[in-house]
Amino acid sequence: MRITQGCFSFLPDLTDEQISKQIQYCLDHGWAVSFEYTDDPHPRNTYWEMWGHPMFDIRDAKAIMGELKECRLMHGDCYIRLCAFDSTHTWESLRMSFIVQRPAHEPGFMLTRQEADGRNIRYETRAYVAEKPEGTRY
Amino acid sequence: MDTPIPDTKAKAAERYRAGVMEYRKMGYWEPDYEPKITDVIAVFRVTPQDGVDPIEASAAVAGESSTATWTVVWTDRLTACEKYRAKCYRVDPVPNSPGAYFAYIAYDLDLFEPGSIANLSASIIGNVFGFKPLKALRLEDMRMPVAYVKTFDGPPTGIVVERERLDKFGRPILGATVKPKLGLSGRNYGRVVYEALKGGLDFTKDDENINSQPFMHWRDRYLYCMEAVNKAQAATGEVKGTYLNVTAGTMEDMYERAEFAKSLGSCIVMIDLVIGYTAIQSMSKWARRNDMILHLHRAGHGTYTRQKTHGVSFRVIAKWMRLAGVDHIHAGTVVGKLEGDPKTTAGFYDILREEKNKMQLEHGLFFDQDWASTRKVMPVASGGIHLGQMHELLHLLKDDVVLQFGGGTIGHPLGIAAGATANRVALEAMVLARNEGRNIMEEGPEILNQAGRSCLPLRQALDTWGDVTFNYTSTDTPDFVPVAVASY
Repeated sequence: MRITQGCFSFLPDLTDEQISKQIQYCLDHGWAVSFEYTDDPHPRNTYWEMWGHPMFDIRDAKAIMGELKECRLMHGDCYIRLCAFDSTHTWESLRMSFIVQRPAHEPGFMLTRQEADGRNIRYETRAYVAEKPEGTRY
Repeated sequence: MDTPIPDTKAKAAERYRAGVMEYRKMGYWEPDYEPKITDVIAVFRVTPQDGVDPIEASAAVAGESSTATWTVVWTDRLTACEKYRAKCYRVDPVPNSPGAYFAYIAYDLDLFEPGSIANLSASIIGNVFGFKPLKALRLEDMRMPVAYVKTFDGPPTGIVVERERLDKFGRPILGATVKPKLGLSGRNYGRVVYEALKGGLDFTKDDENINSQPFMHWRDRYLYCMEAVNKAQAATGEVKGTYLNVTAGTMEDMYERAEFAKSLGSCIVMIDLVIGYTAIQSMSKWARRNDMILHLHRAGHGTYTRQKTHGVSFRVIAKWMRLAGVDHIHAGTVVGKLEGDPKTTAGFYDILREEKNKMQLEHGLFFDQDWASTRKVMPVASGGIHLGQMHELLHLLKDDVVLQFGGGTIGHPLGIAAGATANRVALEAMVLARNEGRNIMEEGPEILNQAGRSCLPLRQALDTWGDVTFNYTSTDTPDFVPVAVASY
């Protein structure tokens, strides 16, 4: 399977040139770019690990691509996503987020059903890799 | 205070002598009045009956929407009646519309109960709309003072927090309404939901008239839909949802349905505009208490928003709904099958999404409006749109919108999931291209064709619907320049 989180998951994986153009778009809007990585891609896993702080003061797409390269070297078997933060009043959150690296093999998720009262079912979405300890999943 | 001089007393006695008097002379026409920052202001399109003076007609609108009755009453003198009278302070002829006038009317804040759209609307669009001396009357726009805005809770979730909860940033949200809108059993209905969500949509949606009918009772629908949502979520690793319509005959039934939706883990419920303003505000409070996104389908609005001469403009409904507190509202598509002039629709979107609206007459916005950090409402574009228009939709409606391709998803020749995939690929390709600096209005069709080369469902969809358009003249269009040559 292919996890479809982020705003470009239905397209073929973006090339570095394409990623760089998206970074430029974020910088042009004054957003701070950051990278986050994880080996727990559960849809409600909000807090991926931060690759440093959002780069508030780096306004150069090339330098940011350098950070991505470093992050990929250290976490070659993880999901990595790009996040762009906008601190404008009444937004103050992410403006854009997309996956820039994914593991070679994505086993996906198991859906378990627990029959509860009446016809109600309690659902649980669990990544197949979640059985293994963090850091050894992919 | 100055001691009243005998002359004033004599004037007052004259003013309140029993009998009938022109509204303009009763204090409802004050051309020198400067609205206070705490006043609620309304602008009406007034079409007086033949022979009725436009100023008198406008003063009558001010009167009938505030304190007046048809005759003088002495009991006015027991009150601070001058404060409570709405004051018409400006009347302009409507450009290119003989016999019609824009009347600006200011209302003191004390005329309204805090936090109640029912109370506001009972005054502003109450009796006055049946007033005989008028041929027609339309509420065009309102300016809500910050002091009044702050008495409302506003959207329970809002655009930003909705995106945070869904973990979806940087592109419009994609949805589809399940079709056929009536007749599917719960089991069949859930099939459509599953296929559409698995294929790439973020949301599916009940239609406005799906409640609890012989072919599908509401509990059955909810149970099958949540099976579909959870299954699609596991299949994609992405948060999914389906708007479960909780509209019902009574408030008690609506609460029961909403509670059941919550117990099943739904992230969103839906209501129809026809349930009424009070019921909407009740459901908004419920949604706030229960971390629920609240979707509003504007069923019924076309009966009073569409014709320019009489009724209520949708821009007013949009303002009321942002105050009342909904998270989604259908606000037009421009390019789809339903009414929607581009500039007028842009005005609606601005009302829902901006922190402050600037007066912009060409978009139908008559006033500056400060929303005072009231959360933003996600507009929904639904009705006869398809992916061949993706570049136009993105250009006109921008990122914070739910694009709903019902027929364009479910009617796909390769099936529902393929239809959903086609829509998602088209959307992502267009966003990517726009962000890269490409001119999507010029290159849009080429961008879609290019993306279709590596995506069969998209190619098929373009072959099927690429050229479908709905080019009809809109009835609800801006009047461009309401500032008239002559001001009375």
